Amino acid sequence: MPKRPKSPESDHPKVKGGPEESGRKQAGLGRRDFVKLVGGTGVAVTAGVLTKEALLPAESNAQAAAGRRGIGPGPVNITLRVNGEDKDVAVEPRVTLLDVLRDRLHLTGAKKVCDRGTCGACTVIVSGKAIYSCTMLAIDAANSSADILTIEGLAPEGQLHAVSAAFVDNDAQQCGFCTPGFVMACKAYLDAQPNPTYEQVKAALGGNLCRCGTYVGVRKAVLDAAMRMKGGRS
Amino acid sequence: MADYRWPEAGKRSLIGKRISRLDGPVKSSGRVKYTYDVDRPNMLYGKMVLSPYAQATIKSIDTTAAEKMPGVKAVQVMREPGTEILWAGQEVVAVAAETEEQARDAARRVVVNYEKLPHLVRDVEPAKAGDRAKPAAEQTEGDPDKAFQEAEVTVEGQYGCSVITHCCLEAHGQATEWEGDNLTVWASTQNVSGIGGEFATGLKIPAGNVRTLTPVMGGGFGSKFGADTWGVACAQLAKKAGRPVKMMLERDHELMVAGARPSIHAKVRVGAQKDGTITAWSSESWGTGGMGTGGSPRLPYVFRIPNQRKRHTAVLTNIGPVRAWRAPNHPQLCLITMAALEDLAAKLGIDPVEMFLKNIGMTGELSKVYAAELQKAAELIEWQKKWHPRGDKAPGVIKRGLGISLHTWGGGGHPSNCACAIHPDGSVEVSLGSQDLGTGTRTVIAIIAAETLGLPLEAVKVNIGDSHYPQSGGSGGSTTVGGVSASTRRATTNALNELLAKMAPSLGVENDQLEAVGGRIQVKGNPSKGMSWKQACAKLGTTPINATGQTSITTPTGPSARDLISSGVGGVQMAEVAVDIETGVVKLEKLVAVQDCGLIIDLKTAESQVYGGCIMGVCYALYEEKIMDEQTGRCLNPDMEFYKLAGIADIGELVVHMMTGPGYDERGVIGLGEPPVISSGALTPDKVLAALEKGGAA
Repeated sequence: MPKRPKSPESDHPKVKGGPEESGRKQAGLGRRDFVKLVGGTGVAVTAGVLTKEALLPAESNAQAAAGRRGIGPGPVNITLRVNGEDKDVAVEPRVTLLDVLRDRLHLTGAKKVCDRGTCGACTVIVSGKAIYSCTMLAIDAANSSADILTIEGLAPEGQLHAVSAAFVDNDAQQCGFCTPGFVMACKAYLDAQPNPTYEQVKAALGGNLCRCGTYVGVRKAVLDAAMRMKGGRS
Repeated sequence: MADYRWPEAGKRSLIGKRISRLDGPVKSSGRVKYTYDVDRPNMLYGKMVLSPYAQATIKSIDTTAAEKMPGVKAVQVMREPGTEILWAGQEVVAVAAETEEQARDAARRVVVNYEKLPHLVRDVEPAKAGDRAKPAAEQTEGDPDKAFQEAEVTVEGQYGCSVITHCCLEAHGQATEWEGDNLTVWASTQNVSGIGGEFATGLKIPAGNVRTLTPVMGGGFGSKFGADTWGVACAQLAKKAGRPVKMMLERDHELMVAGARPSIHAKVRVGAQKDGTITAWSSESWGTGGMGTGGSPRLPYVFRIPNQRKRHTAVLTNIGPVRAWRAPNHPQLCLITMAALEDLAAKLGIDPVEMFLKNIGMTGELSKVYAAELQKAAELIEWQKKWHPRGDKAPGVIKRGLGISLHTWGGGGHPSNCACAIHPDGSVEVSLGSQDLGTGTRTVIAIIAAETLGLPLEAVKVNIGDSHYPQSGGSGGSTTVGGVSASTRRATTNALNELLAKMAPSLGVENDQLEAVGGRIQVKGNPSKGMSWKQACAKLGTTPINATGQTSITTPTGPSARDLISSGVGGVQMAEVAVDIETGVVKLEKLVAVQDCGLIIDLKTAESQVYGGCIMGVCYALYEEKIMDEQTGRCLNPDMEFYKLAGIADIGELVVHMMTGPGYDERGVIGLGEPPVISSGALTPDKVLAALEKGGAA
């Protein structure tokens, strides 16, 4: 069965793969680091294994972690910088950024669909990069340098960001459940590639899936949004 | 008797134009709250314990450990010991806890003992299915034996469609909240007016005690009509805990149980004369719709071949419950028929467009529509220039082929009630217990109301998605646009007539001499004699006008809505497909969809429906399959990494052409949800074969 091709131009999070493609290294703990930390696969993560210090810099290792004050599995106090504001929440270390945004901070624009880093409905922008928030632990995002932008932060309530407006005008949405993810992926894509060609747009946003079949509208919307963003109409 | 007919083409200010969907801004800004987003004060989260076995008897259930888990507030047994499990993923116990994580932890502590029983999860040929094969009675028309004897050419082949799922992006589920004996349900449903009754039955409370709210919903495609076991369990948890509970299906559960489309496979034989006249059809078909038998599929599709013999066998399996999937049965029957007919054309050495046109009379009353659509589609895909007999002789590993498919669907209108209020301040509300699945229902209602009342679109407030509004049908079978269009047209016409009757004396004319145009009430032919809409409404004093309109029929032949809606559309699609004969990768390069649907209310959302249908068709033709493991009886790909949907880069060029204007408009409104998804899936497999045959086997 053919795989969905990934566009080389696409500025998409490849979070579902290994740490090499996750783009998360600077933000926290990669999968490989995590495996090293807990001493190989198949080892249960229990209280005391993860330390707060270990969670922040990627160079942490099991030796450094040993003997330090542990965190979890109970709630941990963290501060997330979301849409320009600091938010204090107490979450278990296993909770994803998506679940914290939705269940604790009531920011439900990012949708929970596959919950496994495939569909892109949960896309938010962390420090300028589109990521699947279902594959990032909240504690990984609890880093003062991690600036989290959700769709609610794109424009004040009642106003439309240029990308959102382009999605409306080009009917790039039907049920709309994938749309916030597409809008955020589009925003990150256009920030990195402000002048896409139609050929590039045909494959851009390859990390987001739509069930209603709005891709024709999405392609038009991306081009339209690029023009609007350049025209300062956002 | 009021005249409800649609305005003539020259007098339409909104109908048929390209209008952006009204809920677009709240969706694309992420502000609108879907069921999955509902957050009630003190709300708990529900999770379920699922059977790992495809067929089993529940021997015992122990929930004591789960009840003691942190944060757990309620536990509900959904299937008692002694009951039988019929598919892996069937729900056994539900728990509600303070957080999703706690609910999931608690669910893991429930201990269920099963007695495992033999299962079957593959749609094997009937001969291998033992007593799970349920043959239906043979059906014959004409004299198939004689026709095959006399046929100058016959062709045989086996074609089919696997089981696929709905994979709605918003999972099934609901939030429930009690106030005394009254229940509010936020449900992701296609059936706002009807689902409450199912909750009431399951909970043994009066139907009037249930209120359903669905302002928006994230896709249904036929799978979201009922309360479902998890809906009732969610309300039971909320009752036990005395707190609101939200329970949405996790993605694996969604893909395992929340909707499958039956498979159909067929061994087909077709007979014809050398000139391309099709004379005989025989098919031995089988497929699985889970544990149900269903009826005999209506093969052959669209073409009423005069001599037929058909045998169908249902194979009972433990794949999970079947649900209506956009255009139930049509995509499977379309693929089987079109593939067989194209094989026939290839054997005859005839261009399939030519062969389809030669036999177009067999399509019945839509034959003229199909002929026009075939011509248009051929022009748009450049059939004359691109078509070649099977076997692409071009050098290289990429082989191309063209495909063709015809489809049909009924439509009509479901029962629908609309209430229209004109307030003394000039504001207008139209209210229906309907729902917008993303099809544009809300927008269509607003367009019709505004058109009827001579007002701009934004002057009309559309109230849908609440069962407290007047009853309107569930959204299935492309019946919604017909149902709500007729009821809205009638309600708004009735309301306007009341207003005109009140204005007529002061303008010194009869009611029927007045019209509502451009935000004014004025005398026909004398626009200066009149007043603004606001001035007119101000004369109502303190009493608003409340009028209703009804679509009370479900068939187009009923007398009461024939002036506004009808049913029965055609549709032709053609595609160019490329196959890499070294890797086997199939690419859709271009797809042309030519579609009629009577009078189009909103051209923009109508075209989007067709684009969407085509893409969904490409998805199931090339990417989707619910893969079952015969050893464990479980679904092997209950996640979106391995249950494949097409991504944006998988879709080639799509061209949509709507048949509209004279000859189509006067048929009235006809639904468009199902038709475009039918042919798209039939456009590829035979094309692949065509490309691989002969020239392809390099």
